[in-house]
Order: sequence, then C-alpha cells, then structure tokens
Amino acid sequence: MDPIHQFQVQNLIPLGKLGNASIAFTNSAAFMLAAVVLLTVFLLGATTRKAAVPSRLQSAAELTYEFVADMLCSTAGKEGMRFFPFVFTLFMFVLTLNLFGLIPYAFSVTSHIIITAALALTVFLIVLTYGLVRHGLHFFNLFVPKGVPILILPMIVAIEILSFVSRPISHSVRLFANMLAGHIALQVFAGFIILLGTTLGAIGWVGGVLPFAMIVALLALELLVAFLQAYVFAILTCIYLNDAIHPGH
Amino acid sequence: MATEAAHTEVPGGQKGTFPPFDPSTFASQLVWLAIAFVLFYVLMSRLALPRIRDIIENRDKTISGNLAEAQNLKSQSDDAVAAYEKALADARNRAQAIANETRQKQAAEAEKERKALEERLNVRLADADKSIAATKASAMSNVHGIASDAAKSIVERLIGKAPDDKKVDEAVASVLKN
Repeated sequence: MDPIHQFQVQNLIPLGKLGNASIAFTNSAAFMLAAVVLLTVFLLGATTRKAAVPSRLQSAAELTYEFVADMLCSTAGKEGMRFFPFVFTLFMFVLTLNLFGLIPYAFSVTSHIIITAALALTVFLIVLTYGLVRHGLHFFNLFVPKGVPILILPMIVAIEILSFVSRPISHSVRLFANMLAGHIALQVFAGFIILLGTTLGAIGWVGGVLPFAMIVALLALELLVAFLQAYVFAILTCIYLNDAIHPGH
Repeated sequence: MATEAAHTEVPGGQKGTFPPFDPSTFASQLVWLAIAFVLFYVLMSRLALPRIRDIIENRDKTISGNLAEAQNLKSQSDDAVAAYEKALADARNRAQAIANETRQKQAAEAEKERKALEERLNVRLADADKSIAATKASAMSNVHGIASDAAKSIVERLIGKAPDDKKVDEAVASVLKN
C-alpha cells in the first residue's frame, strides 16, 4: 500500500563494517548480481556454438552487440570504439536493472540516486581523465566554442563549464527520477484497487477495473521508459566520451 | 506490509527517511555496485564481447570469401564459355575451308574429265569427217567414171562414132568442176 516501501533497501545478510558504514548483502545487491549472472549466461550461452548462421538467441546476443557498437560508433567515431566494453557493460547493466524493476515484487536498483550517481560520476571521471591524458590542456578547448565574439566569450565559457560540471547531475537524476516516478505511479494505482475494494466492497472491486486498466497501460509505458532511459543513459555517455576524444567544439 | 515493519528491518536506518535518500544504505549499495559492475565489465570485455566480435568477423570473412569464390568461379565459367565459342567458330571455319577445297577439287576434276571427253570426241569427229571426205572423194571419182562412160556412150549414140577418151574425160571434168 505504501508507494515508497518498494524502494526500501533490505539487509539480507549483514557483513560487517567499513569505517562507520555498515556493509550488508542487500536486496539491491542481489538484483545487481542477478543481472550480471543473467546477462553473462545469456551472452555466453547464446554464443557457445559460434554458428555462422545464428540461432535466435545468438542472433539476439549479436543484436545487442551491434546496437551498442552502432550507437557508440555513430556518436564518438571509430576511436570511441576503445570504450565499447565500458559502454556495452553500462547499457546492458542499466537496461537489465530497469527491466528487472518492472517485475512485480522486484527491487529496482536504478531507482536509487546513489547507484545512478555512481555510474554517472564514473562516466564523468573517465571523460575528464581520458580527455586530459589524451589532449592535455587542449582538452579545455571544449569550453571555448569557435567563432564566438570576444565580448561574450567569458560568459559563454562560464556557461560551458557550468554545463560540463552539471553533467553528472542531470545524467544521474534523469535515470533515477524516471525509474522512481514510474514505480511510484504504478504503486499508487495498484493501491487504488485495494483502497476501492476494502472500502466499497463488491462495487469497489468491480470499480477497481479502472485503475487496473491504468496499471496495464502504465506498465507498457514503463517498459518503454525502462528501455529508453537505459538508451539515453548510454547515448549520453557516448556523447560525453566523444567530447573527451574530440574536444574541439 | 506496514511501513514501520519495513523500516525496522534496516539496522541503523533512520525512520521516515525516503529510502533512495537514506545515507545508511549508500555504502552497501556502492560496494555491491562496484563488485557487480567490475565483475560484469570483466566478463564482458574478456569473454562475451571478443567472442561475439569473432563470430561477426568470421561471418563477414566467410561471406566475403564465398563472394570472391563465386566471382572466381563465374569468371572461370565465362572463360570456359569463351573458349568453347572460339573452338566452335574455329571448327566451323575449318569445316568451311575443307568444304571449299573439296568443292574446288571436284570442280577441277570434272573440268579435266570434260576436256578429255571433248578431246576424244573431237578426235572421233575428225576421223568421221576424214572418212566422210574419203567416201565422198571415192564417190566422186566413181561419178567421174560413170559420167565419162555415160557421156561417151551418149556421144557415140548421137554421132555414131566413139569419142576420144581423153577429150571426154576433160569435158566431164570441166562440167563436174562447175
């Protein structure tokens, strides 16, 4: 009934303390490991035969590979392909966790800001480190667009720096907020059914068809959102990596 | 399930905090995120992705190899067709040449035979002409004798006296000549 309860991280096995923080094996950890195991079993299992004419599963595995490869190559170019394992891992990880969240009673890992923020910061640090290592100080050309009048250049540079620094925030909040809002909406409509049924009796249970239809529609929407947000997260990663590879605006 | 019950399951969790913003869970989540993500990254970059890349590359190689082989076979068959057509044309030319030669030889032989036959016929014609002339001459000389005799007897009957043989011959000869 409580729409917030589903986001509760539950300590399944306490493991001890790391400094002041207590570490435990949580439902969140279980779902993350489940995603890793499922994806690994799928991608390795589907490709064991290495058939030239692929089976359906192998075809699906190749499809994910080519989908991410095309996405990365079209935004960050050939040189961006060195980040392919990272982008692939990121996309498949987020996508699977998003989709896991839609299973009733499942925990959706990506509806926690700490997870999305950690992933976004990882991307941000990779972009910053690679950009500086590869281009040195030329990396900061990223903040100086060409062909801007000298008078407004300081303002433009300030805006560019601000937008660059705020990237991990928008990057992480976008995914987190989408997953959170979708799951709350689903839970609220599900709560309506119980509320109607328990307060109005038979009429209420019949009337519960309406919120139930809403849940069906929302679930379809959430399926789209789960895929779309994973895609957006990955393609933004590609665009940021492209900035690190080609900092000239 | 009651909210309180859920919250009591979290040791150290602050009551009433919005779970995604509950800092007491951050450390656990980060540790497990790091473990899961790094594990997944290693599995993908070391095992799954190279394998899929190999599959796709091998397929591309097989396809381009097969295409090249098909191209090769096609050019081979094209060559064979060209060679066959050339052989056919050569054979046709040779056949024509042989036919021409044979025709000419036969024509020449026929011509020769015709000439030989013609010659033989000419010879026989000349022989015939000669025998006709001889027959004619002998006939003519007979005519001469008969005419002389007739003239002599006619003259003898007319004048009652046998004319001189020599004169009669001369007269007959002069008449026959005209």
